[in-house]
Amino acid sequence: MISIGERINGMFKDVREAIKNKDPKAVRELAIKQTDAGASFLDVNVGTAAADSIGAMKWLIEVIQDTVKTPIAIDSQKYDVVKAGLSVIKNEVLINSTKGDTEELDKYMNLSKDYNASLICLTMDKCGIPQDIERRMEIVMKIVEKAVELEFDLSKIYIDTVLFPINVDQKQPALMFEIFNQIKMISDPPPHRNVGLSNFSQGTKEKRLLARTFLTMGIPYGLDAAVMDVLDKDLMDAALTAEIIMNQHVYSDSYLTACRK
Amino acid sequence: MEIPNVADKWTGGVNEITLGATRDKGGTREKTVTIGGAKSIPFMDFEGNPGHKPVVAMDVYDVPPEDWPETLSKPFADVMNDPAKWAKKCVEQYGADMICLKLDGIHPDKGDKSAEDAVKTVKSILAAVSVPLIIWGCEHDEKDNEVMPKVSQAAKGENCLMGIVSQNSYKTLTATCLADGHCIITMAPVDINIGKQVNILVSEMDFPLNRIVMFQSTGALGYGLEYTYSIQERERLAALTGDRMMSMPVICDVGHEAWRAKEAKSDDNEVPQWGPREERGPLWEAITAVSLLQSGVDIIRMNHPKAVAAVKKCINRLY
Repeated sequence: MISIGERINGMFKDVREAIKNKDPKAVRELAIKQTDAGASFLDVNVGTAAADSIGAMKWLIEVIQDTVKTPIAIDSQKYDVVKAGLSVIKNEVLINSTKGDTEELDKYMNLSKDYNASLICLTMDKCGIPQDIERRMEIVMKIVEKAVELEFDLSKIYIDTVLFPINVDQKQPALMFEIFNQIKMISDPPPHRNVGLSNFSQGTKEKRLLARTFLTMGIPYGLDAAVMDVLDKDLMDAALTAEIIMNQHVYSDSYLTACRK
Repeated sequence: MEIPNVADKWTGGVNEITLGATRDKGGTREKTVTIGGAKSIPFMDFEGNPGHKPVVAMDVYDVPPEDWPETLSKPFADVMNDPAKWAKKCVEQYGADMICLKLDGIHPDKGDKSAEDAVKTVKSILAAVSVPLIIWGCEHDEKDNEVMPKVSQAAKGENCLMGIVSQNSYKTLTATCLADGHCIITMAPVDINIGKQVNILVSEMDFPLNRIVMFQSTGALGYGLEYTYSIQERERLAALTGDRMMSMPVICDVGHEAWRAKEAKSDDNEVPQWGPREERGPLWEAITAVSLLQSGVDIIRMNHPKAVAAVKKCINRLY
């Protein structure tokens, strides 16, 4: 599982305060804790509170890179904030994210290529988020075609299937499994299949259980990446166990310990 | 029509290990051997770096083996009572890349020789040859735990490959190798899950992963070769897909296992239809070795000079 640790986000109070006071302590701690917990990437999102999003993004990335070598996911919907983040990047990097419109894909894929970055592409476009599998797969096709056209390495593309919160639209999550399955077969190598896991269970009473259950149900269908709470040990263990059950790793009695090392 | 490129892309690889230490590294070896480093499955170098060539370690015993057929003992008849001379012959005449000293004589049922005897033998071999050494205990846990630490201490700084440790007995030798700067062989009896487990257990003692060589126990041609093969193949695929606990180079015990087969050792008059044993025995050993090479092996323990020559020729042609 490619786990993208979500905690360095200005939506959280400790990160918001850190940005405001330019106090790196909390950010450093979160970078180390998430790295130790096994994060493949550290998501960096300045949130909405920062007055200077560009300055905040650069500062957060510099603090993290000063602390750990863990790859970074630059999380912003604003192109200039992403670009500013890339201008100071030293660690391996993933851009989170672009929509599936042709002109957006063009712009972001070319930017990613310039920085040898991976790229999360959402299955949504200016018409919004499709409600059915067919329309979502049309966007996936468009993403893959664009990648092939621009000779963008497909193994560096992460398709985010835009997982709805369970308490917003209960019909949607079940469609995701079929979509993961279809993306897996679209090319060789196929793009990764990603979801925003915490978003899915946000505002519910059984947040962690819902996230954990969705993840373990998704893995057999080909879900292999998620923006998630890597500090939730039960969630990380469940993901690894699901992968062991699907024969993606060699079993051993201490497989959990081995993975955490 | 364009032929599609079906080459796989691998994200991981086999650890690289250098065995033996020269004077400037604290040992007395004149040659070191580097193994591992593969980033593709064997003989598929169009998919990635095939890594270092597999090497042949020839077995030398501390006491003359009693069960060797004449075909096998004949080339060593003049040296079998002197492990140092035996080792020298293997290196100088038969081109052994390494020597594997098998301390059978310390086994309680095979002579029960003392740790002091073992130390003496190790020192004499280190003085006689300049290639790196594998030192293999008698596989009796209690006796090995008594003798191997002393042997390890005697060879301190030489960066030997010491074996073996298993799921049930690994602490003593792991701690010893860590202290004396040796590499270690982790053993599992044809069981990939236990193989991984032993690697984890050893690494939990802070033993570096890049100083471990894996041993799955070996089945000879006709005697379980396919079990060893499929496990080693799976280990190699796990290494190539980035499983750190399965990324160790692999050692096989081909000589000992191949020569236990009746097809290798039977007399000509017992089975005339099988052809002359002078050819049959070495062939049995060579075919076992070459077959296992395809699964991903880095060190092959071997016995007969003719088989060694055939296998080395094959390796040199294929790599």
